Amino acid sequence: MSVAPDQVYLLARRSVVRTLRQPANVIGPLIFPLFLLAVNSAGLRAETHLPGFPSHSILAFILAVPFIQGALFATMNTGTDLARDIQTGFLSRLSLTPMRGTALLLGQLGGTITLGWIQALVYIAVGTIAGVRFASGVPGVLVLLVFYTLVVLAFGALGLFAALRTGSGEAVQGLFPAFFVFLFISSMAIPRNLMTHTWFRDAATANPVSYLIEGVRSLIVIGWDGEALALGFGIAAVVAAIAIALSAWSLQQRLAGS
Amino acid sequence: MSDNSIEARELVREFKKGPRAVDGIDLQVEPGEIYGFLGPNGAGKSTTVLMLTTLLPPTSGTARVGGYDVVKEGSEVRKAIGAALQEAALDPLLTGREHLRLQASLQALPREERVPRANELLERVGLTDAADRRVKGYSGGMKRRLDLALALVHRPRILFLDEPTTGLDIQSRTALWDEVRRLAKDEGVTVFLTTQYLEEADVLADRVGIIDHGRIVAEGTPGALKAEIGRPTVEAVPVDPGDADRAAAILARFGEPCASAHGVGVRLRTGQADLAEIVRALDREGLKVEQLQLHQPSLDDVFLAKTGRSLEGADDDEQDGRVGALAMESA
Repeated sequence: MSVAPDQVYLLARRSVVRTLRQPANVIGPLIFPLFLLAVNSAGLRAETHLPGFPSHSILAFILAVPFIQGALFATMNTGTDLARDIQTGFLSRLSLTPMRGTALLLGQLGGTITLGWIQALVYIAVGTIAGVRFASGVPGVLVLLVFYTLVVLAFGALGLFAALRTGSGEAVQGLFPAFFVFLFISSMAIPRNLMTHTWFRDAATANPVSYLIEGVRSLIVIGWDGEALALGFGIAAVVAAIAIALSAWSLQQRLAGS
Repeated sequence: MSDNSIEARELVREFKKGPRAVDGIDLQVEPGEIYGFLGPNGAGKSTTVLMLTTLLPPTSGTARVGGYDVVKEGSEVRKAIGAALQEAALDPLLTGREHLRLQASLQALPREERVPRANELLERVGLTDAADRRVKGYSGGMKRRLDLALALVHRPRILFLDEPTTGLDIQSRTALWDEVRRLAKDEGVTVFLTTQYLEEADVLADRVGIIDHGRIVAEGTPGALKAEIGRPTVEAVPVDPGDADRAAAILARFGEPCASAHGVGVRLRTGQADLAEIVRALDREGLKVEQLQLHQPSLDDVFLAKTGRSLEGADDDEQDGRVGALAMESA
């Protein structure tokens, strides 16, 4: 349909405008990860003395975490926005137009990605001002933005799927603690190879979030680590593909009224 | 069938673990007609609208809207219709103008038409001054008017309005009625309007379908439906309750006695013109009454006659349905 790009743009614009008009939805995803960054970088400074620790700067090591936390917030915001549209009947209004379901999904995700870029640029700026130098240089920053886009797309689509299945903003928000468990049981605070052989190391190794963090981290502290990037991109792409497919299916089900 | 019509045959909708919300509805709405779908809460009005607007698949039966099957040709139906559903489905964080621009785009209006069309509709529904305010600051009436404007963006041939005036003050309600009448009269739009307000169905609809428990129990013009029930009645309440028999005897000259909650009643033989004669007869006999009321058959009476109970929420509207109520203070 010829108007689809226009529709995607307007729906994405609506998503951005809505978020910007709710200051809590902007400040939270920006401030909370930066606050945790400050706390962690102060508390975990001694880690840099561990043999084999990949960086002399704990800030550079920890800087990967806000990106994934920010993406988690994006999941919540995208999901709760769509759930609200379902609850208020706005989705029914949209579905009475010739709009395609894919335009709605892409529009919502487009808005999420736009806000994700704002988050990413803020995190990069804060890191740079605090003295972090990207080991992969400017090209690495660009790759990071591409990677982060994919991560936000994946998490955002998970939020859409949850919203479409439950139709409830509260249910979507209920996922937040669960996602945070994934974040904390990961290589967020310490490299996996420096963890002692306990259930935690096994869990972190099995946890896809570890590889997303390590993908970002590799660009900041290592340079060009093909394995870390391949795993990060691969996992993000797989999660995105599955989540988008599930969202599209759920939207179709919901619009069919079944 | 003409392109602006609505037709349903044996339309049924069942919900899991629930009753049949719609239980075999047949209806035919002619092009340019305002069809009032009247019934109490939970009667099946909104479910019917959801099916006719393609938002809910029927369990069985068929429906064609604008000449298209609602199940097999849903996208064609959606192009032909506009709908303002029961809850004004608006985004509280967007302005009225932003809603209209988004809707115009999603309805695929040519880019150069979007702004003029939005301005035209804002003007028509009286929201020009509030166009750039966020919807969360709108009153209920403003939201309803914006909802109507959004439904009209793409100039639909058929308009579905699901309880469009519920919760509105009388001014907003009247303004919306005027716009609906104008759409039907000037633009030939077919209007399918659900309501639980007797007055709304009475004054606005060309024809009324009364629905109860998912079934249409009566259908016709408001006048024909009321005429079907019978002639007007007069109720007199004597000042002295001991005069009830005398009052009944006087009233009996004008028709057959009928039940009255507070005094004596008569179903008029000829029509409401007899009211003046009744006043004169009471006066001649020196019988003082504290209240004398002419009761025209209302759609509530139709509902009562067809279902054996009064329409929910009819109390408020009952006053409006009575024409020529007359109270006489004792002389």
